[in-house]
Amino acid sequence: MKTDIFISGVGGQGILSIAAVIGEAALHQDLYMKQAEVHGMSQRGGDVQSNLRISDKPIYSDLIAKGKADLILSLEPMESLRYLPWLSKEGWLVTNSKPLINMNNYPEEAALKEALDRVPNKVILDVESIAKDLGSVRVSNIVMLGAATPFLGIAYEEIENGIRRIFDRKGQAIVELNLRALAAGKEVADRMMPKSL
Amino acid sequence: MSKLLLLGDEAIAQAALDAGLSGVYAYPGTPSTEITEYIQNKTEQSAAKVHCQWSTNEKTAMEAALGMSFAGKRALVCMKHVGVNVAADAFINSAITGVVGGLVFVAADDPSMHSSQNEQDSRFYADFAMIPVLEPSNQQEAYDMVYQGFKLSEELEVPVMVRITTRLAHSRSGVARKAECPQNELHFSEDPKQFVLLPAIARVRYQKLLDAQAGFLARSESSAFNRYEAGTDPRYGIIASGIAYNYLMENFPDGCPYSVLKVGQYPLPMSFVSKMAEECASLVVLEDGYPFIEQRLNGLPGQGSRVLGRLNGFVPRTGELNPDHVAKAFGLPSYETFELPDVVQMRPPSLCAGCGHRDMYDALNEVVAQKGLDSKVFGDIGCYTLGYLPPFKAIHACVDMGASITMAKGAADAGLPYAVAVIGDSTFTHSGMTSLLDAVNENSPITVIISDNETTGMTGGQASAGTGKLEAICLGLGVDPAHLHVLSPLKKHHDEMVRVIRQEMDYPGVSVIIPRRECVQTLARKKR
Ligand SMILES: Cc1ncc(C[n+]2csc(CCOP(=O)(O)OP(=O)(O)O)c2C)c(N)n1
Ligand code: SF4
Repeated sequence: MKTDIFISGVGGQGILSIAAVIGEAALHQDLYMKQAEVHGMSQRGGDVQSNLRISDKPIYSDLIAKGKADLILSLEPMESLRYLPWLSKEGWLVTNSKPLINMNNYPEEAALKEALDRVPNKVILDVESIAKDLGSVRVSNIVMLGAATPFLGIAYEEIENGIRRIFDRKGQAIVELNLRALAAGKEVADRMMPKSL
Repeated sequence: MSKLLLLGDEAIAQAALDAGLSGVYAYPGTPSTEITEYIQNKTEQSAAKVHCQWSTNEKTAMEAALGMSFAGKRALVCMKHVGVNVAADAFINSAITGVVGGLVFVAADDPSMHSSQNEQDSRFYADFAMIPVLEPSNQQEAYDMVYQGFKLSEELEVPVMVRITTRLAHSRSGVARKAECPQNELHFSEDPKQFVLLPAIARVRYQKLLDAQAGFLARSESSAFNRYEAGTDPRYGIIASGIAYNYLMENFPDGCPYSVLKVGQYPLPMSFVSKMAEECASLVVLEDGYPFIEQRLNGLPGQGSRVLGRLNGFVPRTGELNPDHVAKAFGLPSYETFELPDVVQMRPPSLCAGCGHRDMYDALNEVVAQKGLDSKVFGDIGCYTLGYLPPFKAIHACVDMGASITMAKGAADAGLPYAVAVIGDSTFTHSGMTSLLDAVNENSPITVIISDNETTGMTGGQASAGTGKLEAICLGLGVDPAHLHVLSPLKKHHDEMVRVIRQEMDYPGVSVIIPRRECVQTLARKKR
């Protein structure tokens, strides 16, 4: 088993909390993992990404080679496209649909849509509105993670357990909310995926 | 014991704690900051007494660590690569004094300049100081090297450098811990002259350091961190140091056909290198950072032409290495992939919405626009450096911490009518105070804006050494109280700020303006 994931977004969006849940689940299953993060300058609203690698064999590189990623998991649509050169031809792109515009040359909606349309395997969803319906935009990240669960190579229940362990100290209500967010994300992904998968 | 999921930085911190650390001394700097922060968090939770308060700059950190070592205890000192420049005087001389308690010096380099002004390679500093270096390839090695580094330092009686790069510092992986050691007892050198570097003593100490070099090399040759893995194909012999080893092995998951020398400890184990030079047609050097090893081999008569690395374009001359560079160098097949769509635009970082630096620049820009070419703004290092970018485009220089004030002074000395320095509070106490004293002593016609957000914002909001003391410091240095102003950088005070900045730029002497409002990120963290 080996899954190479690019998690991307804009500094401040909180991509690291997604990585933390996956990492927790992976380590708990005695899988090897490496997760390269971006700290520093770009956290001030610049583009940020994390290379997350999980395997049942030892992993050497902290960085994923071009064309080898199984999944791009992105909290922002343009940012999901930035890492396409790393995605394998069979890989999946799972992204939030809502742009975060903190720059003046952000692409036109139509051009962005067209570029996303060209990616063969994708799940695109508006995580914020789903999270809002669940009662809190703060669980947007976990909705996003839920939509990626079919592609992680880790059983869904293990991701649920990861959430339980990570959010445990915040109380049962928060754990439940995050589990519902995870399920809501997964439901969208299941709907968008071809049945054969 | 189950494994901990740790950043490279955190693995270093945990190793130091487990090795019986008595104090960490550091000034924040990406990618080294999380080492000290981890120790601060752990110390808060435990009864163990470990010094972990931030130092004012890297030099004070290095000196305090040396003082702790003088007193027999184990000390860790951490900084980013450019911090080593600041600490260099103390650092180089600490190799001459030697140590008593183990002293591990972590230098965190930033190839590709993810968050820095340059990509200098700290291994040259260790070479210059003539001390051993440990260079981990992964988080577990980072742990093991620091854990053993204290003992190595005590045995060899010199500081030991642990050199990491951004990628390792900020990448997480599982790490297994070793047994916890107690802290050292207070004890001193048997030689009362050891730390007194008067020339007559320094000459003796320097000779001792020179005499120890053969022993350092012997330790390297026998170190488990240096490993020769014999290959079957003699076309290449590969010397891979630190994290570069991973990028090599990533490309040969079933084993590398060429002989590989994995380097994790310096001085460079030359007997392995000689063996490789005899057995292999070409020597490839893979190292993240400057061509440090490569240069050395290039210097060997007859070897130059068959050493492949950064200097002859086998791998790129600059920037961080990655698996793709190594694949290309060895002509390995690349994977089919997607093109980068041209809709993707750059997304540079920017000042947070609501940041006080924004209001400061809005006011400053208004005055500077009126003065035209007669005025230049010398920036410094911190979040406010982002004032270079649109919409502000406010600064004309950014070089090293503290340079804003002294460069403004130099330009004023040269005849620039309106020289303005913009510096943050933490940068001011790090290196700006001495600059200000120079300006005060000559009453240079400069305007210094200390944009005080009461934190070290750029590196994540660490305590700032001058919080609450800035006016007193400026007055103490001799700034005229009539030309020291504290402002509140808010939109509603814009006109007042413009007025004060204009008035002080027109004053032909030193003035200091302190716009003060807490960093909105630090404020939000406190509320959480
Ligand atoms: C010699 C050196 N040490 C450390 C750093 C890392 N560094 C860059 S900006 C910064 C903080 C600056 O804080 P402050 O001046 O208060 O400005 P702020 O970011 O809060 O606006 C630090 C520590 C550096 N670039 N150079
Ligand atoms: S982190 Fe603080 S100082 Fe830096 S840009 Fe944001 S608000 Fe301003």
